[in-house]
Amino acid sequence: MKTSFELNGNNVSVDTAEDATLLWTLRERLQLTSTKFGCGISVCGACTVHLDRVAVRSCSMPITSVEGKKVTTIEGLGENNDHPLQVAFQEEQVPQCGYCQSGQIMQAATLLASNPNPSRDQIISHMDGNLCRCGTYNRIIKAINKAAEEDQL
Amino acid sequence: MMRNKQRNMSRRHFLATTGGATIFIGGYCLLPGCTEKGIAEDKEAIKKEVNVWVKLTSSDQVIIYNPAAEMGQGSMTAVPLVLAEEMDADWSKVKILNSPVEAETYGVGWSPGGTKNMTTAGSRTIRSYYQLMRETGAQIRAGLLQNAAEKWQVNVEELTTKPGYVIHEISDRTMSFGEIAEFGNFESLPTISSVKMKDPKDFRLIGKVLPRYDVPSKTDGTATYAMDIQLPGMMYGFINRSAVHGAKPELTNESEIKNMEGVVSVVTLDHGIGLVSESVEAGLKAKHQMKINWADTLALSHNSEEDLKAYTIEGASESKKDGDVDSAIKTATKVHEATFTNKYVYHAQMEPLNAVISLSTDKQSAELWIGSQAPDRAKSAVAQTLGINESKVTVNQLFLGGGFGRRTLSGYAAECAALAMSVNGPVKLIWTREDDVSYGAFRPQVKHFFKAGLDREGRITSWDHTAVGPGGGLSNGGAGVSHYDIPNVRFMRKDVDHGIRTKHWRAVGHGPHKYAIETFIDQLARSNNTDPYLYRLEMMKGNERARRVLERAAELSNWDPTPSRGKAMGIAFADRDSFSCGVAQISLNHDTGVIRVHKYWCALDAGVIVQPDNALAQVEGAVIMGISSSLKEQIDIKDGKVVQSNFDDYPILRMSEAPESIEVALIDSDEAPDGIGEAGLPAVGGAIASAFAALTGKYLYDMPFTPERVLAVLKDAL
Repeated sequence: MKTSFELNGNNVSVDTAEDATLLWTLRERLQLTSTKFGCGISVCGACTVHLDRVAVRSCSMPITSVEGKKVTTIEGLGENNDHPLQVAFQEEQVPQCGYCQSGQIMQAATLLASNPNPSRDQIISHMDGNLCRCGTYNRIIKAINKAAEEDQL
Repeated sequence: MMRNKQRNMSRRHFLATTGGATIFIGGYCLLPGCTEKGIAEDKEAIKKEVNVWVKLTSSDQVIIYNPAAEMGQGSMTAVPLVLAEEMDADWSKVKILNSPVEAETYGVGWSPGGTKNMTTAGSRTIRSYYQLMRETGAQIRAGLLQNAAEKWQVNVEELTTKPGYVIHEISDRTMSFGEIAEFGNFESLPTISSVKMKDPKDFRLIGKVLPRYDVPSKTDGTATYAMDIQLPGMMYGFINRSAVHGAKPELTNESEIKNMEGVVSVVTLDHGIGLVSESVEAGLKAKHQMKINWADTLALSHNSEEDLKAYTIEGASESKKDGDVDSAIKTATKVHEATFTNKYVYHAQMEPLNAVISLSTDKQSAELWIGSQAPDRAKSAVAQTLGINESKVTVNQLFLGGGFGRRTLSGYAAECAALAMSVNGPVKLIWTREDDVSYGAFRPQVKHFFKAGLDREGRITSWDHTAVGPGGGLSNGGAGVSHYDIPNVRFMRKDVDHGIRTKHWRAVGHGPHKYAIETFIDQLARSNNTDPYLYRLEMMKGNERARRVLERAAELSNWDPTPSRGKAMGIAFADRDSFSCGVAQISLNHDTGVIRVHKYWCALDAGVIVQPDNALAQVEGAVIMGISSSLKEQIDIKDGKVVQSNFDDYPILRMSEAPESIEVALIDSDEAPDGIGEAGLPAVGGAIASAFAALTGKYLYDMPFTPERVLAVLKDAL
C-alpha cells in the first residue's frame, strides 16, 4: 500500500506492507538511517522523530498514521549540523557510542521549541523516556541548558 | 556525500569496493540533511603511503589508520592522537580511517610475545598501543626529516619540526608534510631503536583537552553503524534462537513459513531456525509465526535464584594464596563471616547485534560489515562458516552502538554468513531487542563467602574469600586485595556449570568482587567503630599510589562518615589495573525502599591520560552503569529460560535516576597508561552499600539493591 507524507520538507510516497512501521520504512525503504532501532516497543527512545512537530517513537508508529503529515528526522533538523542542540552536544562532547543520540536530540528539540528556557526538572521529565547505556545523561542536561542559553542570545 | 560515508570503512574497502557497494554509498544520502563531516578526502591530492599506519597527501592531509573498535570509549581518537603527537602532525589535518582487519599488521599481543589480535576489550587499547604508536610516530617523523635533509642537501641534525612542517632554522626554510609527500621516499624508514621520542613535557596533544573525532558525526545521524548499511538487493535475516541455551531446534511448520509472503529461505542452525526475507516486515512476521520444538539440554534444570541460594563452598579450590590463612584465623581475636550474592546482568548495549554480508556468486569470497570488538575473530568465524580461507573475507569495521564485552563474541557474524549461504544476494541480519536479551551472554551470578580474622586493634590479619558460580575465568579476576596490608590472604573458587552463556561485561569480575569485598571491609571497619575511610587508609600504608587515590576521593567529596538530613556518604576502593575510589551520597525512601544516589565522586589514577575530557566521560558513564547494575539490573533464569525480554522488564538507569553530579579527579601521573573505560565501575556497588550502612546500620548482602530487597533488609533485624 502507498503512503504519502512530507519528510524533512520533501514530499515522499512509499509503497510498503500494511503493517509496516515508520521506523523501518525510514531506515530500509527511504535509507534514512539516523533514526535507530533500539527496542521496538517505545521504551528506549532511540527511534524518536517528529510527527507534526511532536516527538514520537517511530518504532511503534504504523506507517498508515503518517499519511499527509510532516515527519522530521535528524537529517532534517539543522543545516550542516548547526542546530543549537547539535552545536551544544558537540561542545559538551555528549555522545559516546552515539547510537541513542539522534533520538536524544530529536526529543530535546521539541522541548526547546515549546519551552526556550527549561528548568533542570523540566529537562529531566521531558527526556526521561530516552535511554542512554553509555551514561551521558549529565552531559545531555548540560548541552540542553547550553543550547537554551545560546538560543536566548 | 560519498567521501563522508566512506570514512568509517576500511582501506581495503576503498580498493575492493564492488560496483554494488559504490551505488549504495552514492545513493545513500539523496535526501537533504546529510552533511559533510570531519575532513573530506581530497581525491585530487597525491597520496604517499609512509607505512601501514600513515598516508600523507600533497594537500597536507595526514591519514592515520585506527586499529581499535570505536564503541564510545574514544579509542578511535586516542590511538591515532598518540601517533600524531610523536610524528608532530597538525591535528587539524589528521583524517582517521578504520584500519583493515588484519591482525598480523594492525593487532597487538596482550603480553610480550602474545598472539597479535584486534580485540578491543578489558580497557586494554591504550595500554597495548601507546608505546607502539609513539615509536611509529617518532619513526615517521625521522623519515620526514631524512627526506627533507636530502632535498635541501643539509645535515639531518640541523632539522626540526613544528606541527605539519619540517624546519631548517639556519636557512629559515620550511617544508610542509604535504610537500614531502610529493617527492618523499619512505621505503627505508630509520629503525625504531635509532629514533628519539618526545620528552612528555613537550606533549601538545597527549594530556590536552581535545574534541573526539567521532562526535560531530554522532550529532547529525551520519555516524554509520553496521545496522545502517544498505546494499542493492539486500535481504533481511532473522533467527529464533533457543530460549534454553544449547537446545537444538526442530521447525514443525516449515512449509507454512516458506510459503509466507516475502520469505526467501528458511535455514536450520544448531542453535535456532533462521530465515531470509525480502523486507523487515515480512521477516518479523515469519519469525513470530515459527513453531519450533527444542531438544532437552543441561540448562533446562537451571533456576538462577534457587541455585544461587544453594551454592556452598564445598569443593572450592585454591586460586591465590599469600601467607597462611588457616593458622592466622586460629590466633585471631575476632572472626567475622559474611556472604554476598550478585545476579546475572545483561550488556544492554543500545544497538542490538547485527551484521551485513555480501557473498560472491560462487560463495567463495565474502565482504562483511560489522561493529565488532573482535573483528579479526569475526573474520575467522565467517571464513569457517563458509568453508573458505580467511584471505577471502573482507571485514569492514563500523561504529559500535555500545559493546561492553558483548561484541567480543562473533556468533552474529557466523549467523549472518550462514543465512547468506541460502540465498543469492546480500543479507542484513537483525537481532530484535528480545533476541538480544534472551540470547544474551551474561555477567555471571556469584555467591561470595568471606571469613576474616582481626587482631586486638581490629586490623585484618587473615582474609579468606571463596567465589562460587558459573563463568569460569570471568569470576576469577577482581578478587585481589594486595593494595591492602593483609598478611594472610586466600582466594578460593568453585565453578558451577549451568549450561548458561556468560561473558565479559564492563570490568568483568571486578564489578561483583569489589562490591562484595568493599562492603565486607566496610562492615569490618564499622564493627571496629572506625571510619571506613580511615580504616582503609591505615591498611594502605605500604601502597603510596593506592593511598593517594583514596585520599584524593575523600578530599574531593569532603568525606564525612556521619549522616546528615537523611543523606549519607559511602566509600569504596577498586583496582581494575588502574586505581579508583568512589564516594556515593545517597538517601533512602523507607516506605518504598528506593535508594537514590544524589552525588558521586571518583578519584582515578590511570597513569598517563591521553584524553582527559574523554577520561572524565568514561568515568561518568561507568558510574551511571555501575549505579544501574547495583540498583536495578538482574537477569533471572527459570527452567533454563531467560525471564526478561526488553527494556520494560530489564530496566536500566534513566536520566531521572542519575546523580545530580559526578565529580571526577584524575591523578597526575608519569606512569605508563592504564585502563579507563571500566575503572570507575567496580567501586560503585560498595560505595552505595557503605552509604546504606551509614544511614541504616544495615548491610546490603545481595545485589542489585532493588526496592523490594531493600525493604526486606530494613524489616529484618540484621
